[in-house]
Amino acid sequence: MKNLIALLLLLLLSFGVAASEGIELQTANIDLSNNASLQRGAKHFVTYCLGCHSIKHIRYLRIALDTDVDQKKMLKDIAPEGASIYDQLHSAMNKHDSEKWFGTQPPDLSLIARSRGADWLYSYLKSYYIDPKSPRGVNNLIFKDTAMPNPLWQLQGEQHAEHKKNIWGDEYTNLVMKEPGTLSTGEFDIFVNDLVNFLVYVGEPVQLERQRIGKYVIFYILMFLVVAYLLKKEYWKKIH
Amino acid sequence: MKPSRITECNEWILARFPLTKLWNEHMTHYYAPKNFNFWYFFGSLALLVLVNQILTGIFLTMNYKPDAKLAFDSVEYIMRDVNWGWLIRYMHSTGSSAFFIVVYLHMFRGLLYGSFKHPRELVWIFGMLLFVALMAEAFMGYLLPWGQMSYWGAQVIISLFSAIPVIGDDLSLWVRGDYVVSDATLNRFFAFHVIAVPLALVMLVFLHIVALHEVGSNNPDGIEIKDSKDPWGHPVDGIPFHPYYTVKDLVGVGVFMLFFATVIFYMPEMGGYFLEHANFIPADPMKTPEHIAPVWYFTPFYAILRAIPDKFAGVIGMGGAIVVLFLLPWLDRSPVKSIRYRGGIYKKALLLFVISFLALGYLGTQPATPTATIFARIFTAIYFGFFLLMPLYTRWEKTKPVPKRLTPVHSLEEQLPALIEEITVLKPASTEIGHNAFKGSSFTRQPNPEGIRNVISRFVKKAIGSLD
Repeated sequence: MKNLIALLLLLLLSFGVAASEGIELQTANIDLSNNASLQRGAKHFVTYCLGCHSIKHIRYLRIALDTDVDQKKMLKDIAPEGASIYDQLHSAMNKHDSEKWFGTQPPDLSLIARSRGADWLYSYLKSYYIDPKSPRGVNNLIFKDTAMPNPLWQLQGEQHAEHKKNIWGDEYTNLVMKEPGTLSTGEFDIFVNDLVNFLVYVGEPVQLERQRIGKYVIFYILMFLVVAYLLKKEYWKKIH
Repeated sequence: MKPSRITECNEWILARFPLTKLWNEHMTHYYAPKNFNFWYFFGSLALLVLVNQILTGIFLTMNYKPDAKLAFDSVEYIMRDVNWGWLIRYMHSTGSSAFFIVVYLHMFRGLLYGSFKHPRELVWIFGMLLFVALMAEAFMGYLLPWGQMSYWGAQVIISLFSAIPVIGDDLSLWVRGDYVVSDATLNRFFAFHVIAVPLALVMLVFLHIVALHEVGSNNPDGIEIKDSKDPWGHPVDGIPFHPYYTVKDLVGVGVFMLFFATVIFYMPEMGGYFLEHANFIPADPMKTPEHIAPVWYFTPFYAILRAIPDKFAGVIGMGGAIVVLFLLPWLDRSPVKSIRYRGGIYKKALLLFVISFLALGYLGTQPATPTATIFARIFTAIYFGFFLLMPLYTRWEKTKPVPKRLTPVHSLEEQLPALIEEITVLKPASTEIGHNAFKGSSFTRQPNPEGIRNVISRFVKKAIGSLD
């Protein structure tokens, strides 16, 4: 009986492990308390992403307040020309045009970090390579045949894919830098990391606030628990 | 002395409404067995979660828009622009998962101590109706955020109705109000979620409690405390629900809130189980997600559905998995209620059932590979075997004699020092623990420090060896 259960559990575990295959993601270094990184991320987003992708669930004012930027500086340095501090981050691209150009509408990125995860975004933005067979000339290791061209190619440079076999005969793909971009590999990693950090913040702007309040709530509940426990003990003294 | 205004007011009300009588009947003069243990917290906790869901739900409806074009954005509006909206929404979303955790544990308590058996059959039936209503409530509520998983989950489950012969297609069309899940579906689900089903839930809770208070609570010994009464007609082993169990349940509430707050403030998505990742993408009728899985609390039943090859048979199987629970009071033929006095077969059967329920729950979240399907079939067979073979094995097995009165309970504070002493003080092997708190428990062997050290060092050596 006990052996049977052990066997079943073992089998259950073994196919749980087998199910988790795929390309390994690189780990993004997410730190929402790093305001400098968030500010850089916001600027990168407006410069490189906002042309096509909106983040319509957040306003410039909210970003300014949360990342501790002066509102005037926000409008001057980060927001595009002519934006109001109360504006949401809408994209200027018209949806008919985008469907003509890319075959699809670029999704709103307000919640992309919550649906895809930070590591996926970080790896995705770094995994573009030159692919002459693809209509846009590039392809992506993490998201095969993605409709998005590589917006960061000038910064990163051109990567090529090399197909190799490991000692067990399984095929895998390596990305090799052929032509370096304007940023070094280290600088580019920080660039992408800032961008992803910003997107994680945009996914749930209240995250830090929530964790800060949580401490007080839990402390209060613990106090309540002590009182409730002493009350119960007092009442139950006579019960045997 | 002239009676004060407040007393006058009280008397005015009491002359017209039996407030004191109701309070006494259900609180101060309701005698509950004095040996309730850990498993008896979950009834009152379920009530707490219900209140939480209703209150937070009311606030959510103030800003939510049941419209296919606006629903997703209105949820994000609540999360970002409404003051404290994120807290209300997380309390509601975490509350729904907490509701199922609490209710599953509450039902498991029933299986442990035979709370469904005579004379509490009707309490169990009302409870099961509550469970079905709760599932309907959760299913319809899950469509409202209008994310990808909301949409496609509803699409899959409603299409199950079309497996019913003859009327199936028309029935699923009638349920949806459209050929696919659409604005019409969202609106009717909203109506059911915020008013129809909650009303049914509240009414059923009322019936569940009235039925319970008529027959009295069961207890871990499965003895009727009403059988031994003192000269005043009160059960000797009973204590008034208020204040004893109200103060005790407050402790349970505190512990529950500790977990609840930790999830809300530090892990509201619970790794994609409480809030699924794909549900942060707005519903898109043109794009089917590669892997559709219901929320965790439905996965055991979903796994049963997928395990059965034929679609209609699968629907019957999934429905049967719930219907069979209704029949439990008549399937169990054992003369005793509590697991304490049942034989070994029921204990093993219950263990197998719990394992298969958890395994089905896990399998329901995973893609249906051929191996997974075979396992799901085995566990489905065990699930149904537990219930359908119950009339046989509960009649065969030998039960232990049930005492007339409740067995004494020892609190944790009494047990702890004795336990520490037992572990730390060395004594010759195979003696029984001589403390009162452990009467009846079987600790036959003493911990052997030499042996433990050997086992650990062997384990470490193996671990180091496996690194090469």
